[in-house]
Amino acid sequence: MVPQFLIDFRDWISQPWPWYAAGPMLALIMFILLWFGHEFGISDNFRLMCAADGADEMNEFFKINWQAGEWNLLVALGAVFGGYIASHYLVGPDGDVAHISDSTIESLRQIGIQFDNGKAPLVPDFISWENIFSWQGLLIIAGGGFLVGFGARYAGGCTSGHAISGLSALQLPSLIAVVGFFLGGLFMTYILLPLIF
Amino acid sequence: MRMSRYIFVGILLGITLYKSEAVSWFRIYEMFHFQSFQLYGIIGSAVVAGILIVRLIKKRHMHNIEGQEIVIKDKAMSVPRYLIGGFIFGMGWGLAGACPAPMFILLGSGVTVFIVYLVAAMTGTFLYGKLRKRLPH
Repeated sequence: MVPQFLIDFRDWISQPWPWYAAGPMLALIMFILLWFGHEFGISDNFRLMCAADGADEMNEFFKINWQAGEWNLLVALGAVFGGYIASHYLVGPDGDVAHISDSTIESLRQIGIQFDNGKAPLVPDFISWENIFSWQGLLIIAGGGFLVGFGARYAGGCTSGHAISGLSALQLPSLIAVVGFFLGGLFMTYILLPLIF
Repeated sequence: MRMSRYIFVGILLGITLYKSEAVSWFRIYEMFHFQSFQLYGIIGSAVVAGILIVRLIKKRHMHNIEGQEIVIKDKAMSVPRYLIGGFIFGMGWGLAGACPAPMFILLGSGVTVFIVYLVAAMTGTFLYGKLRKRLPH
């Protein structure tokens, strides 16, 4: 028998997490990694994976001791497990839906994105294997991934490295990078996305 | 099992971003439309808590578990590198609706199509490595 308080605890954390739970948790994760002697930054894993796949012999940017980045690859692996656990064992009362605002539902409707019974899933159906061979589906996932991979290394970090670690350490370069993230995101959402849909 | 602690940190990261819906394409779209406080609250409260943590680390000269004092290196100053690189990253974030950590998390949740994103991101990183010397930094 599983003790009742554990079941209650699981039900409690299975509700959608408010921002004030998630934000401090991210800061705690940053602190734990600093305490372990490392800096929080997920996108460096792309470079480590390139190096591990042999890019270290092709280009000096990848001549890094990727084994020294093993800790970070394990954080990424842990994130994969975390996604599995959250989606299988911590499903909220409404299922895996994104609780987006009514105004977002309305602006999505205007560009032709609608959902069954008005509930948005976490991942839209245009991001799927069924859609991967349509130009739209491929552009969104492969194009998005490519820009993220290129841009993160160019800027020297992603949301975790700049927006969280960098801003916490009051780094001006990180603030510039975050301004860049937002300008790029706004340009995509307002100008380019309506052209795709 | 010294390294397994990093897997636990990753699991915590995965559950946090999944349950707060930061992994959702719709939440990212909503953020860039300024229609919800959720993502701003997550990043904002993480930064506020982070600033306090970093201040405390410096004030107390805290040491890491290896026994060395925790030092956060300053990032080299530049404008074009961070602004252009950040802009490109932001376009990808707005398009695919996921930054690197959510990509790993969604893979684990069973949205295996994100393997295409991962390969594309590695390709982008590789191309950056190739072009690095010719780009403004």
